[in-house]
Amino acid sequence: MNLDLTPEQSAFRDEVRAFFAENVPESFKSRVRAGMRLEPHEFTQWQKLLHARGWGAPSWPKEYGGTGWDPTKLYIFETEASRADAPVQFHQGLELIGPIIFTFGSPEQKAKYLPAIVSGDDWWCQGYSEPNSGSDLASLSTRAVRDGNEYVINGQKAWTSYAHVANRMFLLARTDPDARKQAGISLFLIDIDTPGVTIRPVVTMDEIHHTNEVFLDNVRVPPSALLGEEGMGWSYGKVLLDRERGVTAATTTRLAQQLRGARKVAAETLVGGRSLLDDPRVADRLAQFELEVMALEGMVMRTMAEATSGQDSGPRASMIKIRWSELLQQITEYWVELQGYDAMAFAPLGPFEAPDAWAAKGMIYSRVTSIYGGSNEIQRNIIARRALGL
Amino acid sequence: MNFDLSEEQQLLKDSAWRYGADHGDFTAWRARVERGEAYDAASWRRMADLGWLMLNVPEDDGGLGAGPTETMVVAEAVGRYLMLEPFVSTGVIAPTLLTAATEALRAHLMAGLAEGKLVISLADAEPNGRFDLNRIATRAEAVEGGFRLTGAKSHALDGGAADWFVVPARTAGADDSQDGVSLFLVPAEIEGLTVMRSRAMDNRHNASLKLDGVVVPAENLIGGLGEGFPLLRDAVDRGVVARLAEAVGAMDAVREMTMEYLKTRKQFGQTLGAFQALQHRAVDMAIACEEARSMMYLAMIALSGVPAERRKVIAAAKARVGQTSLYVGRQAVQLHGGVGFTEELAVAHYLKRLIMIDMAFGNADHHRAELAASLRPGAVAA
Repeated sequence: MNLDLTPEQSAFRDEVRAFFAENVPESFKSRVRAGMRLEPHEFTQWQKLLHARGWGAPSWPKEYGGTGWDPTKLYIFETEASRADAPVQFHQGLELIGPIIFTFGSPEQKAKYLPAIVSGDDWWCQGYSEPNSGSDLASLSTRAVRDGNEYVINGQKAWTSYAHVANRMFLLARTDPDARKQAGISLFLIDIDTPGVTIRPVVTMDEIHHTNEVFLDNVRVPPSALLGEEGMGWSYGKVLLDRERGVTAATTTRLAQQLRGARKVAAETLVGGRSLLDDPRVADRLAQFELEVMALEGMVMRTMAEATSGQDSGPRASMIKIRWSELLQQITEYWVELQGYDAMAFAPLGPFEAPDAWAAKGMIYSRVTSIYGGSNEIQRNIIARRALGL
Repeated sequence: MNFDLSEEQQLLKDSAWRYGADHGDFTAWRARVERGEAYDAASWRRMADLGWLMLNVPEDDGGLGAGPTETMVVAEAVGRYLMLEPFVSTGVIAPTLLTAATEALRAHLMAGLAEGKLVISLADAEPNGRFDLNRIATRAEAVEGGFRLTGAKSHALDGGAADWFVVPARTAGADDSQDGVSLFLVPAEIEGLTVMRSRAMDNRHNASLKLDGVVVPAENLIGGLGEGFPLLRDAVDRGVVARLAEAVGAMDAVREMTMEYLKTRKQFGQTLGAFQALQHRAVDMAIACEEARSMMYLAMIALSGVPAERRKVIAAAKARVGQTSLYVGRQAVQLHGGVGFTEELAVAHYLKRLIMIDMAFGNADHHRAELAASLRPGAVAA
């Protein structure tokens, strides 16, 4: 057992480190450190920057425009990104639909869609959840009915993040209402400007417009919009399970950023001339986060090492998602506590001198991380059922 | 980056687990405990035959000179099967300390411990020092042909069964200084030494010591005069990591027992495992075990790393494994309900073992404070 890098991996780390040192825009850093998402145009800017370097799709195979890196290299890449306050790439195209397209899509779909995901020219949004189908996604009721040489889609999607900036959407719709719950569901790839698609913004509690409701009203699409086979849409998601390890690793390595941010505030906040770091209560709280993050990083390292040598990691990716979201919330909450009154300046109303005010927004935003992508309660249900056999 | 065992390490693991499964019957274990023995002499000799006690003895001393991974593999089995034999004190800490002993004693003691004939205990804690390794008020003064030791030690792991003690004593410096600490080999039967033996809740026989002018020959000094602290630190770090592995082994075992119970025990017409509240608890226990194992690996690997990083990682690991192990142990008792509270199931004994491991060499709070200190700007490694 060791944490050693091979000479090739060390050289790769140096190369990645040098790239990040020069290319992460200064204006991103304070928001990234607070665990916030960038603005859509900034995500695209970052994606294009990575693409220009040949690193647009770090987790994809080479034949689809990816880097072909093994999980250890991917881990090195993300660790270095974290170190440099670089953002996480926007994942809906790269991680949620891209791999399904390159695994199950037709040659035409691959050629049409994959390059634009890697280059950042296309923005995909995910039409899965519905007002009455949240955690119980398979109960969704959006319908797609074959009408001559078209499908006609009707329904309503909820929590469609970035539908307002996306040009494409992947969505699940029921093509066979009589089949068993999951079996009647198909996956469609549509253009967002197709007539009948209406987007209503939903502003979230961080006062940012990330997400939307999407109304699908007699949306007519050609049969080529269907991915794979009718009724198989649900099953295609399984391909993502195996990739989850990489996604959680990418996000989890970023906890070091939030810890750095909180520690910096503690170090720089003076009470009667003494730094908050001199207060044992503060030092203890920070050390507690430090050691929990270290344990989680250890879990990520083991997972990536196993993925590199083709071993199964069981439910560890779900466990990491749970612990990452819990820690992100706790660390950003504490960061805000450390800021004290500085955190009250949520939105300056004119010239206002406040140090790094993003922590409060980051803290509020972090509430969604234990809800999205399968809430932590659902994650625990899944682990209990699949891994523990309960 | 690699967390796999080598083929040889895997064989050692298989053999340790097989030994545990063959000799770890809980009824027999309880019978032994009730006989009041510190440990089972026959089992101890078998462990020696298996080579476990030679792992940390250098090859030049007739040992195997194995690395921290091998120690970890065995210690995990020690925890998994609740073994009471003094593996960590005598098999890990003592041989590390003895590497600096004088020729006269080194060969004799290394051979004795490797053969399972001797138990050697480090008396590292003092009444006025709590968990601080450097707070040593016990004094050693040079006398004709040797040293005279005076002071008190509040805890010596496995000291209740020890033939020899390693006693850190101050030959120079203030009571909390790392400089001026010397290490002495002191036989259990010697004039001026009072060994107060006690049984801990995990049935380990420990001791506290009173040294009232104990005179030992000069050859009993380990290493340079006043230069013993780095070696003491190193030996304790290795002991800590072994005990972390022991904790992880115990955590896995008690969690597995709890899962089995959840799947078989029925109430309200269904298995306990059908209740979502208990399912989620079981998941949190599984996550805690994963965290603890990951931390333990990092600490084990850190033993071979740079000193500053090593202290930081080991302190973090001791703290996190302590926290997660107590969570798992306590939940295991809780989920077993009334029977979990009895001496009749192993579950209770696992919790008691985990409580004692957390306390050993400083509890979670102590190590978190050490980590906090190491994170301060300009901190130097202790």
